[in-house]
Amino acid sequence: MKTNKWLLAAGLIAAAIAPGCKPKGAQSAITGDAAAKVYVAPGQHDEFYNIVSGGFNGQMSVVGLPSGRVLKILPVFSVHPENGWGYSEQSKPMLNTSLGFVPWDDLHHIAISTTNAEHDARWAFGNANNTPRIARVDLNSFKTVEIIEIPNSAGNHSSPFITQNTEYVVAGTRFSVPVGDNQDVSIDSYKENFKGYISFIGVNQETGEMNLSFQIEAPPFNFDLARAGKNKSHGWFFFSTYNTEMAHTLLEVNASQKDKDFIMAVNWKKAEEYVKAGKGTKKKARYAHNKWNEETHSATSTMMEEVLTLDPTVLKDIVYFIPCPKSPHGTDTDPTGEYIIGSGKLAAIIPVFSFTKMLAAIEKKDFEGDIQGMPVLKYESVLHGEVQKPGLGPLHTEFDGKGNAYTSMFVSSEIVKWNIETLEVLDRAPTYYSVGHLSIPGGPTGKPHGKYLVAYNKITKDRYLPTGPELAHSAQLYDISGDKMQLLLDFPTIGEPHYAEAFPASLIKDRQVKFYPIEKNHSPYALKGINDARVERKGNQVHVYMTSIRSNFRPDNIEGVQVGDEVYFHVTNLEQDWDVPHGFAIKGANTAELLIMPGETSTLKWIPDRVGVFPFYCTDFCSALHQEMQGYLRVSPKGSNVSLKYSTGDSE
Amino acid sequence: MKSLSLTNRILLLLAVLTLIPAYFTPLWQISLWAPQYPEGLNMKIWIDQLSGNVDQINGVNHYIGMKHIGVEMFPEFTYLKYVIGAMIGLGLIFFLVGKRWSIYSFLGLLSAFGIAILVDMYLWGYEYGHELDPKAAIKVEGMSYQPPLIGYKQLLNFLAYSGPDTGSWILIGGMGLLVLAVYLDWKGK
Repeated sequence: MKTNKWLLAAGLIAAAIAPGCKPKGAQSAITGDAAAKVYVAPGQHDEFYNIVSGGFNGQMSVVGLPSGRVLKILPVFSVHPENGWGYSEQSKPMLNTSLGFVPWDDLHHIAISTTNAEHDARWAFGNANNTPRIARVDLNSFKTVEIIEIPNSAGNHSSPFITQNTEYVVAGTRFSVPVGDNQDVSIDSYKENFKGYISFIGVNQETGEMNLSFQIEAPPFNFDLARAGKNKSHGWFFFSTYNTEMAHTLLEVNASQKDKDFIMAVNWKKAEEYVKAGKGTKKKARYAHNKWNEETHSATSTMMEEVLTLDPTVLKDIVYFIPCPKSPHGTDTDPTGEYIIGSGKLAAIIPVFSFTKMLAAIEKKDFEGDIQGMPVLKYESVLHGEVQKPGLGPLHTEFDGKGNAYTSMFVSSEIVKWNIETLEVLDRAPTYYSVGHLSIPGGPTGKPHGKYLVAYNKITKDRYLPTGPELAHSAQLYDISGDKMQLLLDFPTIGEPHYAEAFPASLIKDRQVKFYPIEKNHSPYALKGINDARVERKGNQVHVYMTSIRSNFRPDNIEGVQVGDEVYFHVTNLEQDWDVPHGFAIKGANTAELLIMPGETSTLKWIPDRVGVFPFYCTDFCSALHQEMQGYLRVSPKGSNVSLKYSTGDSE
Repeated sequence: MKSLSLTNRILLLLAVLTLIPAYFTPLWQISLWAPQYPEGLNMKIWIDQLSGNVDQINGVNHYIGMKHIGVEMFPEFTYLKYVIGAMIGLGLIFFLVGKRWSIYSFLGLLSAFGIAILVDMYLWGYEYGHELDPKAAIKVEGMSYQPPLIGYKQLLNFLAYSGPDTGSWILIGGMGLLVLAVYLDWKGK
């Protein structure tokens, strides 16, 4: 009896103090002036643009910092019915590949163009992970203007990272795959038949146009991430690798066996010399190159047929391997270019390598072995030092330009600040939850703006009002201007952000395209004024050349269309003012609307399958008489004798 | 009549020269602001052309049925440059003659020109503001849209401003020089 009473008492006491035992929540992490620091008053602008990958939505989002407000969803690799991307006749070629039209992809990483290792923010590059491609977005118009497919690649994850003057964008393959004529092979012949290609895509310094310059045929590892050398290490590129075990099944276990994998250092200047000296081999490879023209307001897709490859087992001194503990994920170079940080996602330490030591080790041939003739450097010879007990699951590192590095820790769910020289851990801040990438404005460049840091998280749980099983991905903004990181803001994001880059808004905000001058519209379907509006029949094709201006379409009454005709609405928005798009949609069309910017021409294709009168209207609330901006199209049976006619406003 | 003092001759010449910028600078400006146009719409009137947001202003005006504003609508644009040329010529003759009446005459000429311009603008403004398309989308009972001759005026959601631009301000400066000359002439008598 007595024992029972004691047990009961102990139980009650335990129950009473149990809530007090719960660890402190996030609320306690917020200090008083956080709200004021992220408040951007009505009519004021954010200080930074943050271009954020959309992950599995295949798009980019444009976020203002420090407010965390979403300014735009920018379609890249995925169709976007909201503005007709991938649905309008003009934009369909942008999503063409050697496998045909692909309406979706998985966009993980952003690279903002740089000059002398500083953001110039002319272009944003993004990678398509699933069907390997790289896209270029023009940051004056916030439009995807070019997409190039990457042949011999699968899982384009190690991409798109750029050299310091945007000479090259790279694309390393995550999956090694069999290539060329030798593709129907057994999976367990991985080591013999699979290849890991690294692509260098040249960027035209004036126009930004991309061109697949050369590919390096690397061993069949998984290439994960990459960073270019900068400043003193300009001319080199560093790729993290995992699965150097070369497993092809149950990688979770089989690719985690080795104590060390590699950071692959590539001397791309040397590779460039070999290309110039004609040491490359041209190989057959089909890939699409899609370009958007801002004057014809349309895209073209060209199928390319061959690629230049370099064999580093023959061409020595292009590729060196730096041993790096435990399946490194991020490999990041500090603003000076001296230090290379490998984030072994299963490692207990963070190794920091020295570029100077690497060059010395190469000079002295301080090798511990080779892979197919490519030297493996000695870990200790290249190492600057190790960050001890940084946390669990290091993934990515960025910099504040004041000698500090910030590493995201997925497993221990925190950002860890440490000193690059001394390797001493200085501060830790929790994230909510399980941070993946982190982003500091200018963080990957030679000139970081060490004011804010954004953590992009993989798990959200209880952070916001719940929305069923699928939740918005969370991000946190920290003030990193002081000694200690300060959590300022927690905001939901669009899609599934991976990497993001931020840069000062002043770089681009005054050079934005506001509308397209109508006199420079060179679309073959453009109309320069309302008097050109017309309808023409060519066999079973009906071309409607239509204008839109507040608040009417011309023509707005059309008859003589027959069931089964291919009807093309070529709509030109004649407005010449900022922020006056017009939309176009017709009842029952099995496609998305058009959203046409001022001065632009866009085409919607429609094949009516039944008789009737079909209304069409402007879908963008353009003006006071927007609801009046509408019209009718009559569809008659095939072979009908209703003649083709069109009109606007002359019946009354 | 007496000859002009050296000072007044110089002032007269300067006043004549202030007509020359009229060929290179806008003479008048009309601006419109609305909640949707915080940056404003601005139209500049030159000696023989219009510039600025003329298309946007026409786009806005079509709702109230106002006539299209275009260079071809105004015959003034074809002869204004000759009128000003003639005034420069006359001014130079006055300068060469160099009599006291020269400054009074030129001041009178400029004043008459200014008044004629204002009357002309008022008439155009009246016509544009009142002769509206009866089928216009927006019709407000009793409302006309005559822009202000000089200064500000609220027209529905728009605040309209009308006033001199660079060329006219320079010319007004020239008239100021003539007034100074007249004052000196009167004092020195």
